[in-house]
Formats: sequence, C-alpha cells, structure tokens
Amino acid sequence: MAAVDADSCAGLAGCYVHLPFCSAVCPYCDFAVVAGKDDLVERYCAAVRTEIAADEPWRALDAVYFGGGTPSRIAPAELGSILESLRSQHGLVDASEVTLEANPEDWSVEKARGLRRQGFNRVSFGAQSFDPSVLTALGRRHDPDQIRRAVDAARRGGFDNVSVDLIYGTPGESDDSWSNSVKSAVAAGPDHVSCYALTVESGTELGRQVRAGAPAPDPDVQADRFSVANELLTEAGLERYEVSNWAQPGKRCVYNSLVWAQGEYLAYGNGAHRFREGVRSRNLRHLEKYLEKVESGSAPLAGAERLKGWDLEVDRLFVGLRRSEGVSTGPGVDAFLASEEGSRLVNADVVSIKSGRLKVEDPMLTDEALRVVLGLEGGNQGENADTLRPTNA
Amino acid sequence: MREQLLDSMELERERGITIKAQTVRLEYKARDGEAYILNLIDTPGHVDFSYEVSRSLAACEGALLLTDASQGVQAQTLANAYLAIDAGLEVIPVVNKIDLPAADPDRAAEEIINIIGGRAEDVLRLSAKTGEGVDELLELLVQSVPPPRGDPDAPLRALIFDSYYDAYRGVVCYIKVVDGSISSDQKVHFMATGENHEATEIGVLTPRANERTKLGVGEVGYLITGVKEIDRVKVGDTVTDASRRASTPLPGYAEPSPMVFSGIFPTEGDDFEKLREALEKLRLNDASLVYEPETSKALGFGFRCGFLGLLHMEIVRERLEREYDLDLVATAPSVAYRVTRTDGELVEVRSPQDLPDPGEQEKIEEPYVKAMILSPSEYVGPIMELVTSRRGEVGNMNYLSPERVELDYEIPLGEVVFDFFDLLKSKTRGYASLDYEPAGYRQSDLVKVDILLNGLPVDAFSAVVHRDHAQEYGKTMTTRLRELIPRQLFDVPIQAAIGGRIISRETVKAKRKDVTAKCYGGDISRKKKLLQRQKEGKKRMKMVGSVEVPQEAFVAALRVDEE
Repeated sequence: MAAVDADSCAGLAGCYVHLPFCSAVCPYCDFAVVAGKDDLVERYCAAVRTEIAADEPWRALDAVYFGGGTPSRIAPAELGSILESLRSQHGLVDASEVTLEANPEDWSVEKARGLRRQGFNRVSFGAQSFDPSVLTALGRRHDPDQIRRAVDAARRGGFDNVSVDLIYGTPGESDDSWSNSVKSAVAAGPDHVSCYALTVESGTELGRQVRAGAPAPDPDVQADRFSVANELLTEAGLERYEVSNWAQPGKRCVYNSLVWAQGEYLAYGNGAHRFREGVRSRNLRHLEKYLEKVESGSAPLAGAERLKGWDLEVDRLFVGLRRSEGVSTGPGVDAFLASEEGSRLVNADVVSIKSGRLKVEDPMLTDEALRVVLGLEGGNQGENADTLRPTNA
Repeated sequence: MREQLLDSMELERERGITIKAQTVRLEYKARDGEAYILNLIDTPGHVDFSYEVSRSLAACEGALLLTDASQGVQAQTLANAYLAIDAGLEVIPVVNKIDLPAADPDRAAEEIINIIGGRAEDVLRLSAKTGEGVDELLELLVQSVPPPRGDPDAPLRALIFDSYYDAYRGVVCYIKVVDGSISSDQKVHFMATGENHEATEIGVLTPRANERTKLGVGEVGYLITGVKEIDRVKVGDTVTDASRRASTPLPGYAEPSPMVFSGIFPTEGDDFEKLREALEKLRLNDASLVYEPETSKALGFGFRCGFLGLLHMEIVRERLEREYDLDLVATAPSVAYRVTRTDGELVEVRSPQDLPDPGEQEKIEEPYVKAMILSPSEYVGPIMELVTSRRGEVGNMNYLSPERVELDYEIPLGEVVFDFFDLLKSKTRGYASLDYEPAGYRQSDLVKVDILLNGLPVDAFSAVVHRDHAQEYGKTMTTRLRELIPRQLFDVPIQAAIGGRIISRETVKAKRKDVTAKCYGGDISRKKKLLQRQKEGKKRMKMVGSVEVPQEAFVAALRVDEE
C-alpha cells in the first residue's frame, strides 16, 4: 500500500465491518458489543453477508476495516467469507489495506497465517498497557508477555503492518508504568501505535463506578501522559498524524485516514456508520434487531445526517482538524479565521495557519477548535447548497 | 371554587405567599338576624411588604391576626400585630389550619396571648380549608369590630389604599369611603396630586370587579378614572368631590423607601431595551420598585434597582425572567451608605463602585435595623453567635413560652441582606423567623473590597464590608470563584483587593486537555452532538475581559453554603 498523506486519500473507497462479539465487556467500553452470545456468530456473519449482497455495488475498495467487538475471536474462514462477499459485491483494489482488530490472547502464528490467506494484511492489537495492574483495572484478560508474543506471531505469520493500541490515564497508573508501557510497545516493533486517553462514558461500568465515587482519570495527568508518549514514539521514528495515532513512515492507517479526509466509506453490521454522497448514516445498534431486520430483507438503518452546502464544509473541518496536518484552506477556514473565537485560538497558539493549512498546534486542545468549527456560519448558507463541495473531493 | 382564590399571581400561588394585597366584599347574615357587609383585605405577611400591611390597616376597623397552628407565632406575626395595635384596631387573634396533622392549636394560642394579652381559651381555632370554626369567626367579627364611623353628609373623603395597572382600563384605585359618598360620573379631586378626574367606573370586589353606581360610608371598592400613568395616582391620597371639597385630607402614608440595591443586567447585551420595558411594566403595579441605568465594566448596560428587601428583590428578578423571558445576572445586594466627603458634601452611595476613595471620605455611615428573631429556645446560642459575628448588638430576650423566644437586637442592614437570613435558617433548621425595621444610620469602619479576574476588577463582585471582615470576604470570594470559573486557555489569577492592596489570591490553572480520545468513522455524528451540547453550555458564559465566566458563577459566588 502506498504511503498516504492527509488529503490524498479523500478519493479512496473505504469499508467498515462490525463484529460485536467479545468474551467479556471491558468496563470502559461503550461500543456496540455483546458478551456470551457466541451462539449467534454464524447467524450474524451470514446476516452481514446478506447486508453486503443487498447493497448497491459501488467501486473497488481501497481500505477495509474489521472492527468490534473482538474480530479475532471469529474463525478466519468466517471472516474470509465476509471479505469474499465484499470482493464480489464491490471489488477490492490490488493493494487494498485490510485490517482486523485483535486481542493478544486470541492470537497465534496459525491464526495469523490463516488470516493472511483470507486476505487480511494489517492487524491492530488491543494491548492497552504493559502493566499487569493497569490491565486488571481495565478488565483485560491478557498479560504483557502475550502482547509481545502476539506481535511476534503476527510478524511470523506474514503481517508486515502491525498496530498496537494503548490506553493512558487509568486511575492507579503511575508515570513509570506509562512510560514503560510505551517503551515496551516500541520494543515490540510495531508499525503503528494508537494511544487513547481513558474516557469515562456514562453507559459503562466505569461510568457507574465513577458516579459511585471511584477516582476518575485526571485530565492534567492525561496531558502529561500524552507528552511522554509523543516524545518516546517520535524518538522511535513513529510520527503522530492524528490526536491519538502514530505511524512509521508509510504505515498510516489508510482506512482511518480516508475517514478524516471526509472520504466515503461503506459500513456493515450492527451499529456500523457509513458516509456516502453527503449522508452520514448508521445501522441499528441492537444485535437482535439488526439480525431480524436484515433477515426480513430490509435495510437495517437507524438514522442519518444529511450534509449539504455549508454543513459539508463544517464537517470537513470537524473530521480533518484532528490530523496533525490539519485542513487545507477553504470557506470554512476563512470563516474560522474571521470569527472572534477562532482568532482567539490563533492568538493563544492553539491553532495556526501556515502554508495554506489550518492546524491544531496543541492536539490536547483540539475540541476547543472543533466547537468553534461547529458554530461557524457561511455566507452562502442554504444557497448554492449543491455546488459547494469539500475542496478535496 | 379555586383554591388560593386571592393569591392570583403565579408566583404567589407557587410559593404560597401573598405579595399584593387583595380585597373582597362579603355579605353576611348574622345570628342576630341582621345582614352585615364585611369588607376584607388579605394582606402580605412578609417584612418586605409591611408597607402594604400598614396601608391596608389604615383602611380598616379591625384585624384578624392569623397564626398557623402548626408553626405558631412567627416574627412577622409579632410585627404585624404591633402594626395593628398601633393603628388602634380591634385585633382578633385566630389560630388557623387546625386540620393539619402537625397542628398544635393550644400552643399557638398560648403564644399569641403572650403578645397581645387575653385568655388562650378565647382564641378562635379554625380551619379555613374545612370551614370548621368559620361561622364562629364571622359572628365574633360582627360583635367585636366596630362599624365605620364616618359622616355620610360630610364632603366625600375616600382613602386610596392601593392601586394597580390594568392594560385596558388604566389605573385602578382601591378606595375606602370614610366620609360622604362617591357616585359614578362624579367629578373627583385628588387632594395630594391636585388633579381632577371623572369617576368613570366604581364598584366593589367580590373579589371579581362588580360595578356599582354609588359607594357610601365604610364601603371598600375600586375607582377607575381613565388615568393611564401609575405615577399620577398616589397611594395614600384622599379622593374628594371636585365641587365640594373636604377641607383636610385623611392621614396618608410615607412612601416606602428602598432598602436593598442590586444591579440587574441582561445576559445578552441586546436585551437591554427589553429589560427596560419589562421594568417599566413591572413598576406599573409595584410603585416601590425603583431603578436607574447603570453601566458595569464586567456586565455591560443594566439597571441599579432598589427593593424593599431580599424577598422583594428575589420576586422582581423572578418575575422579570419568567414573565418577560429575560436571562439576567444580578450583582450582590447592597444597601445605601451615607458618605461625608472631605469637602463636607454628603452623598448617598447605592452601589459599591460609587464609593469615593478612602482619601476622599470624611466619614461613612451605614443603615442599621432593629431586628426581631423568633426561634425555638434551643437555638438561642447559635443565634447569638451569628448575630454577634455579624456585628449585631443583642438587646432584649423575651420568652413567649418555655419553648419559644423572641430576641431583639440592632444590626447593620448590610449584614442582614448579604447572607444573614440563610445562615439563620441553616443554624436553626429553618425554625427561626426574622423581621426588622429601619433604625437609623451609624458611623462604621467600612472598606470596599474589589475582586479582580486576570487583573481586571469585576464590579459585580465588589462589596462594602467592615474592615474586620474584609479579609474573610476576600478569601471566601476568591476561593469560591476558583471553583466556579472553568479553566481557560491561560492561567487566571483571582485576587481580592482593598484599593491597591491585594488581600487574597487564587489561580485557576490553564486548561491542558480538551479533546475526545477517539473520533473514527462511527463516532463522528455522536461527537458532533456532544461538542454541540458543550458549545451551548458555553453560550451561558459572560466575557469578563478575556475570561469566560459562567453566569451561574455570579449567583453562586454570592450564595451561602449550607452548613
């Protein structure tokens, strides 16, 4: 796969496939996941294939992402059959990026080989930490050694594009624990690392614990952790290209890059989101409802946001400003710079305008800029709605 | 029939209080076979509205002193009983709400007797809700309250004891005919304002307006003259016949003077005109509300408003927000100080920012009040402590019963309006009640404490306090504001200062993290909604210099914490 920069991938075709099955639900997770329903796996995979087959054929896909849930718990052949459905319905370009998310404890060389044979060429491990006490606090069921072995097995099984996810700011995590986790991740030799600030979501077990008085992550500590991670990863040759993502040169995630470039992507599975022809739409989140809908021959849609004219330009900035390259100039950027709040952020060095791009200089304050973006008003709002297109589309 | 018939204002019904006096005429056939006309006026009880009570009492021959059987005598019961006795009225003590589960009528009766004398067993006990005892009350009323003693043949003299503004009919006066009579279409003369008008409509209130052609001696009703401006009718004025004028007017009353002042500012600067119009309209029915334009560096354009007391202030603010759909920020309540300048000039200062520099002050005086607290006796200790800590001087202590005590003392009004009442309530589990009346001015060692945000004084938080309490005020405000002001993109110092001297300092550290961890294909719509919500929260921020201050901070910084 060719290297991608911020905007060159806006014209690529993406596809997301959701696989909600987990062995247990992690206390911080608020995705559409289920535990203890493995008896539905086959039926679910069949439904996903049905959903794909019922979709209008599009164009050959450049990037496919199997997320979850825990896709690695599902047999390679089953995953392969979904990939095969995508190939026959839309086609896959030769150099397509095909990612799946995996838990270290599910992994082995055999599994890696099996998945490679099915067409997967990128794996993203939910490592989260190399500190056993933090892993326990996060409800994870692997140990640090399993992460190292999993990365190694992926290499030996033929994956030359391996990513590792880490979480920082877990209450109880120390400065040393975190820098050690980052160093350990680097030592495992991944092509890509994602570091996420632990977030307390209201509908989760963690949310309930915090409401009941358990310690919440400290945002100042998280800002420190981010700096440490950025320093260590940069030293190791990984370059930050989005708030929470670092990659070796040429190893950025193509699928996510196209999402942030406001590129179009399909989506299959419960709770999956797509973006096509200016519409952000989503599937039913509830697993059984999704199954029933698909099996009865209907589209499992739950809702949609139609973007036109100015809203589309606002959306371009909203998704694009999380990238370290920021966004190219356009009416939205002009409006941002002309706004009082926007210029305040420029004066405070939170954002900058350089060589034709608007960038967030302090990624930890990105949402300050995004809230300004959401409040921007365009001069031609409503009018010319259909002629205004994202500048990179 | 609707409950709370006479408290028609939404706020009155909600809070279970009376703000505006109401009058009702009742025809009663007594057991002696005679038919009597009873003119009843329902008055407010709260100290802020005691001028309404005085005005109403001036129109009456007798007063029913109602005490809640479950709560017993309150400070306002006492204050209003004294008003009625001073007005020379026949006072009939009554214990009401005997139907309540917590009612203790004997105790309440005992407490009343301790104030006005008599025998506890003679105190009527009734329930206005169930009707029990009401017949006995009406009988007692016709027996003991003397009929009006006016001269039906003398020139007309009618007292205007209240007025209100009606959008269709203009100013409606509530009157009591003392001498002579008034007919519709009669030419009348208002003795104090000197204006002549035509009585276009007269009638009685049942409590609905009921038009009549004539009102005679002792009758209470309304008078409409077509006057549209409330200021042209003075409550307390005497109405007489334009062609046959009375020689002397009835004794009027002093106009109520504002005791508490607060700056009221619209959150959105654009709403200034809307606020002005709202105040004008409110004043039509509330002549005691005074206001003048005020400019604040922190809050923009608004009005300095004067109120009769804290409840009055709260009610006006709430009505402005509710009935006129305004979003308001109000500054800390303050009182009127009298400052003698070094050049001998005496100035009244109603707003802390108008206080002359210490170098220009010869002396500064503050208003004192004579206050009365009624409380269960077990709280005497904490109350004395509170009064003393607020510079109050305890005077008499009087036991109404072994369990209830009346404490009299003198205290600066400025201490009362700030947080005294809330503290009193929290120290006595809500059982104490408070009433007060003005008691002149006294010289005090007062200083102005300014609060600076990022180096800029926020006039809304400035306060005039006693020098001994300045440090404490500064510390409290800076600490509270540190909690209330959200972190910004830069460090925000919060300082308290007297003149140029900093007496307290806190810092709101710069915000370091404001970003969601993930925003992938499946998160975009949801993250937009989340940030949109956060953005709307920000709209309720007020910019003070370069610092965003949530509106709640202006209110919360001045609120008393429950202990």
